[in-house]
Amino acid sequence: MSQSVIKQAEGGSPAAAAAGHRISLQALRELTLLPAIVGVLIAGGLLNSSFLTTSNFIDVAQFSAALGTVVVAESLVLLVGDLDLSLQSVYGLAPLVAAWLIVPKSQLGQGADLPAVVGLLVLLAVGLGIGLFNGVMIVKGRFNSFIFTLAMLILLAGIQQGIVSGNTIYAMPASFVYLGSAAWLGVPVAAWATGIIFLAGGLFLRYHRTGRAIYAIGGNIEAARAAGIQVDRIKIGVFVVAGGLSAVAGLMTAGHVDAVTANQGNNLIFTVFAAAVIGGISLDGGRGRILGAFTGVVLLGLVQNLLILSQVSTFWISAADGAIILAALLLARFVEGIRR
Amino acid sequence: MNQPISAGPERVDPAVAEAEGISKAFGPTRALEDVSVDVRIGECHALVGRNGAGKSTLVSVLTGLIRPDRGEVRLQGQPAPPLGDRAAWQERVACVYQHSKVVPGLSVAENLFLNRFDRRIISWRRLRAAAQQVIDEWGFDLDVRLLAETLSVEQRQIVEIARALSIGSRFLILDEPTASLEARAIERLFGHIRRLNATGVGVLYISHHLEEIYRICHRVTVLRDGRHIVTGSVAALDQSAIVDAMVGSGVVAVAQAGTAARTEAPVRLRIEDLSVRSAGGSADRVSLVLRAGECLGLVGLRGSGNATIADVIAGLVRPDSGTVLIDGAALRPGDRDSSRTRGVGYVPEDRHARGFISLMGVDENLTLPILGTLSRLGFISSGRREAVGQALRTRLSIVSSSGRQPVGELSGGNQQKVVVGRALASKPSVLVIVSPTTGVDVASKAVLLKVIDEARRDGMAVLLVSDDLEELRIATRLLVMVRGRVVREFRERPWNERDAIAAAEGLVA
Repeated sequence: MSQSVIKQAEGGSPAAAAAGHRISLQALRELTLLPAIVGVLIAGGLLNSSFLTTSNFIDVAQFSAALGTVVVAESLVLLVGDLDLSLQSVYGLAPLVAAWLIVPKSQLGQGADLPAVVGLLVLLAVGLGIGLFNGVMIVKGRFNSFIFTLAMLILLAGIQQGIVSGNTIYAMPASFVYLGSAAWLGVPVAAWATGIIFLAGGLFLRYHRTGRAIYAIGGNIEAARAAGIQVDRIKIGVFVVAGGLSAVAGLMTAGHVDAVTANQGNNLIFTVFAAAVIGGISLDGGRGRILGAFTGVVLLGLVQNLLILSQVSTFWISAADGAIILAALLLARFVEGIRR
Repeated sequence: MNQPISAGPERVDPAVAEAEGISKAFGPTRALEDVSVDVRIGECHALVGRNGAGKSTLVSVLTGLIRPDRGEVRLQGQPAPPLGDRAAWQERVACVYQHSKVVPGLSVAENLFLNRFDRRIISWRRLRAAAQQVIDEWGFDLDVRLLAETLSVEQRQIVEIARALSIGSRFLILDEPTASLEARAIERLFGHIRRLNATGVGVLYISHHLEEIYRICHRVTVLRDGRHIVTGSVAALDQSAIVDAMVGSGVVAVAQAGTAARTEAPVRLRIEDLSVRSAGGSADRVSLVLRAGECLGLVGLRGSGNATIADVIAGLVRPDSGTVLIDGAALRPGDRDSSRTRGVGYVPEDRHARGFISLMGVDENLTLPILGTLSRLGFISSGRREAVGQALRTRLSIVSSSGRQPVGELSGGNQQKVVVGRALASKPSVLVIVSPTTGVDVASKAVLLKVIDEARRDGMAVLLVSDDLEELRIATRLLVMVRGRVVREFRERPWNERDAIAAAEGLVA
């Protein structure tokens, strides 16, 4: 037995050689949508002279910022293997409640006339609080996340309507609309913020131990538990963060249009799911990267912009949106097929 | 090339794990009774026993998943940590199960160090280097950058073994590690085990394949019916001694009333050169013939391919090559409807997953395959259904409050009767039945076997996939499968049951 010395594996082991090829394809997966984005850019440039201009790209960034932030939120929830439909209602309700508490009664406010800063805290508290409620009920109460957050979506959207009796709140203070309306170096603050959220989210998921735990939970929850990961705590935390991010996203939109409608957020969740999924975030959990989700947001943003520039009838824009999402899914499936 | 370390009584190495006087009961079932086992430093210790002997319970006790009613576990000389302290258990013992505990979407490196990163912020370069070092240090050959989902079963095992070793565990439990490995992969696994033994790691090796135990293990412990039967050096215990210990002395060459079918009875099922690759057990060029009025026992261990053949006949699995003929005409491969309409009744092994619909009533479950004959224009006649259900319930003495009681509320034995009754309801000409009495109480077992035997006497052709001696008593002929091949046939009763088991365990008796 003594001569069975432990073998030192040499550099070029056969397993290592076989691996290189697969790993490069893995990196490609995140960039599945890149050819599509390039295609849209070229097509857009040919179709419309104002498409490939700085001011138009700034518009796209402004429009996509809020969506992108909610996509980061939903991606986190998808990665732990759940989903949260109610994010769209948080996106509408949180800024509405905050605005309602700060604008005067004459402007449809509640009459509390809170300072704008307190309003911002209320906004965050609503987002985080709803996230906490969702998380605790789904993790500890073992509710199915689809059906539970669907109920929450309907409830919260109804509250949003009810508070203002279907009206729209205008004339909010400057500090409240700052995030959605101001610009730094010519670029909207909302776009900066979303960029930072994507970057931070991506780095966190890639390099932070909790980020890796999120992948482990979504990939194989039993293995995660066996490795001593605090599964419940992390899952709840993900719901809380997702709620908070969605509230901030709602503030971006409210600031941009300088109003909070009773309908803000309606149907947003479909686009959110579409961007995340065509960007490679798996609905089964544990798979996909923030960079991929980012390309999903960029693609949808560019296409939507191009449709508007091309003066496609507003009544047809949704149909075009749906067709683009389908095409992107087929493309992703096709690339997946090559990988296997 | 494999000289086991002689571990005679005069030289006793200290133990990496000891279980002493372990008893554990689940309700009225005594899973373990006063069982002791010790695994020494650098030893590969085999744990063998037939299904239900108590191996899994003992593993659960040794890995801290179950608290024994009596007895003590010591790991590396220290009393075992409290049950809740998973981290402490992980430092002392690791079990590589058949179902893998790796995260598919993560790399090998990350799986190795899951939740054990040295800092909050991960340096991938350092992580990969550390993981590769673990892999190299223990002599494995694996690229740590690979995604776990791309790994073979063999490579996943390596990940789990390496993870356990890197956590610091020097006691490994390998639970049927070769069940889904190819011959060369088995050789490599044995190489790893020998190397680990040489560095002082103790291994508890659970396998149904006795020939493996003689190749790799130093000592062997045999359990039977939750009791410790014998522990000894593999050199001192020959194969027949181990088989005797596993089977018990009481069962030898039992003559049974089951008379062989006349050879002129019509052939109901013919399988020709069937080959299937399957994770649950491959089949390799299997041919067999089943006549009316005969019960053919297809004997084999889990993973031997006998259950896969049953799946093929039922149309659940599409074979790679070969044909299945019912009454002389070939079945469309992988088509359940084709099998069903041609008269194949099927009782699957996993009754909870595939056998019945637990929220539906007893009668509804029993008549599910024959709804067509009980309904007009798609509307079911509840009266006729109840009549048919009633008859089947009586025939199988199913105990339920009524024919409407949901099957999920019944006891395990009665659930199994529903599954078997459902297969019989459509009066199949060929009944394929997999381990019909697993986990069933004695009384239900007797009823089930009697009903199946009666159906055979009435002319049904029965293929009984099983490795349970009591079930096989209703067989009129046996085919033994090992690793996908038919290795032996017992044509006529009486046969020696011990020989049949020895053949299935991979021994040349």
